[in-house]
Amino acid sequence: MSDGLVVEGVESFYGDFKALHGVSLALEPGKVLALIGANGAGKSTLLKSICGLVSPKAGRVTWRGRDITGLGGAQTVALGIALVPEGRRLFKSLSVEENLILGGQIGRSGPWGLQRLYDLFPILQEKRHQPATSLSGGQQQMVAIGRALMSNPDLVLFDELSLGLAPIVIKDIYAQLPKITGQGMSAILVEQDVTRALNAANQFLCLVEGRVSLAGAPQDHSRDAISAAYFGT
Amino acid sequence: MDLINIILQGVLVGGLYALFAAGLSLIFGVMRLVNIAHGDLIVLAAYIAMEVIRLSGLPPLVALIFVVPVMAAFGYALQRGILNRTLGGDLLPPLLVSFGLSVILQNGLLAVFTADSRKLDAGVLETASVSFGGLSIGLLPALMFATAVAVIAALQFMFYKTALGRAFRATSDDAEIAELMGLDRRRVYAWAMALCLGVVAIAGVFLAIRSNFDPFMGPGRLIFGFEAVIIGGLGNLWGTLAGGVILGVAQGLGAAIDPGWQILAGHVAFLLILAIKPRGLFPRMDG
Repeated sequence: MSDGLVVEGVESFYGDFKALHGVSLALEPGKVLALIGANGAGKSTLLKSICGLVSPKAGRVTWRGRDITGLGGAQTVALGIALVPEGRRLFKSLSVEENLILGGQIGRSGPWGLQRLYDLFPILQEKRHQPATSLSGGQQQMVAIGRALMSNPDLVLFDELSLGLAPIVIKDIYAQLPKITGQGMSAILVEQDVTRALNAANQFLCLVEGRVSLAGAPQDHSRDAISAAYFGT
Repeated sequence: MDLINIILQGVLVGGLYALFAAGLSLIFGVMRLVNIAHGDLIVLAAYIAMEVIRLSGLPPLVALIFVVPVMAAFGYALQRGILNRTLGGDLLPPLLVSFGLSVILQNGLLAVFTADSRKLDAGVLETASVSFGGLSIGLLPALMFATAVAVIAALQFMFYKTALGRAFRATSDDAEIAELMGLDRRRVYAWAMALCLGVVAIAGVFLAIRSNFDPFMGPGRLIFGFEAVIIGGLGNLWGTLAGGVILGVAQGLGAAIDPGWQILAGHVAFLLILAIKPRGLFPRMDG
């Protein structure tokens, strides 16, 4: 029995389309997994199957020894799994601070609170009363990260962290990542930029058309092998 | 002076229309549900008030202490038990189910209470008035209007300043992500419906004091409520009050020309505003 995350043979659908054909992975506490693969490979569906937004049709998701398959988002967040969704999806009628407060509403105790987040991203404190969607893309991503951290999760799922952001902003956000994951928190990182993801991770998993094509530690595989696995050749 | 008087009375009646509309606006805002049974729920509240008064002998406005929680609890159960099952994809299933609910409520009330018209007796409150400068203001319409303002101010406060309101806005923005904040949308919707029917209870009691009611007058109240919401602009509660006032004044002016034109004048005003400003007078900016 693992005290981390274990996914076994998960099969999930994206609408009517079968996006995952039996995917398995294991993630120990405090580790970062880079989840890579082309568009439509099933990365987002896998994250949603873990955090409860998608209910797998087969297979099992276990978190700290507890079966959480199909448990639903409201329950998984209470168990310490948070998602930073693709495209950020901030609440547009809420201010920056309200978005963050809502993230912490679940009431798990831990190191993260409003002040700590404002120390991490000072710009958010300055703009805390503005509507969340009036911020720049990078600042919105900080809010989305902050909103997830406010629930004091033990596992954070980052979906397309750098999508649509300027390179300089991406660099800033990645520079903060060790401060976030350094708290013994595990993370799964979905990223278009494979190199950046691999550099930030202890292990990786490559998906092609809903199947695992390669998995392991980044240093154990050559870039060519990972590249071949990425394109499914 | 007559004209000023007509307008003033119209404004005050507009308060009642705003009370009809506030709950409708809240429900549409939170869960995009167009509740066809809204008017019948107002009438149901009137009958429940009638029964509470018959059993307890309380004056109608005091009976609200019982009617509001009963209706709110009914709303919570209605949402959890029936309406939640219809939400999620298409707009049509919840619309049809609420239409069915409307038919059931009308015929249920008919079976239990017969088609006789009823009225709640509020005693001297109904006829008391204050006059100044040739104008006479009835105490009941004034109280109705003041209640509408208070209810809308309270809803506004709840929506923008409290944790419950934050949950409503977040779920309305993105129910899936709100779920990841621990907000179970089925419960959030149920609270919204409970709040809506609490307001409906107040509207129903005022309706029943002001005029006769029978099991089939719900759809008419629904139309007034809809018109007030649309005139004011979707998602804007103070706009809904303005919409109710415009509707009330238009009806008053119509009735002054010819009593048969009262209702028609309200609908014409509604159509005119819709033709000129399709999104209502005060649409929410981010809509």
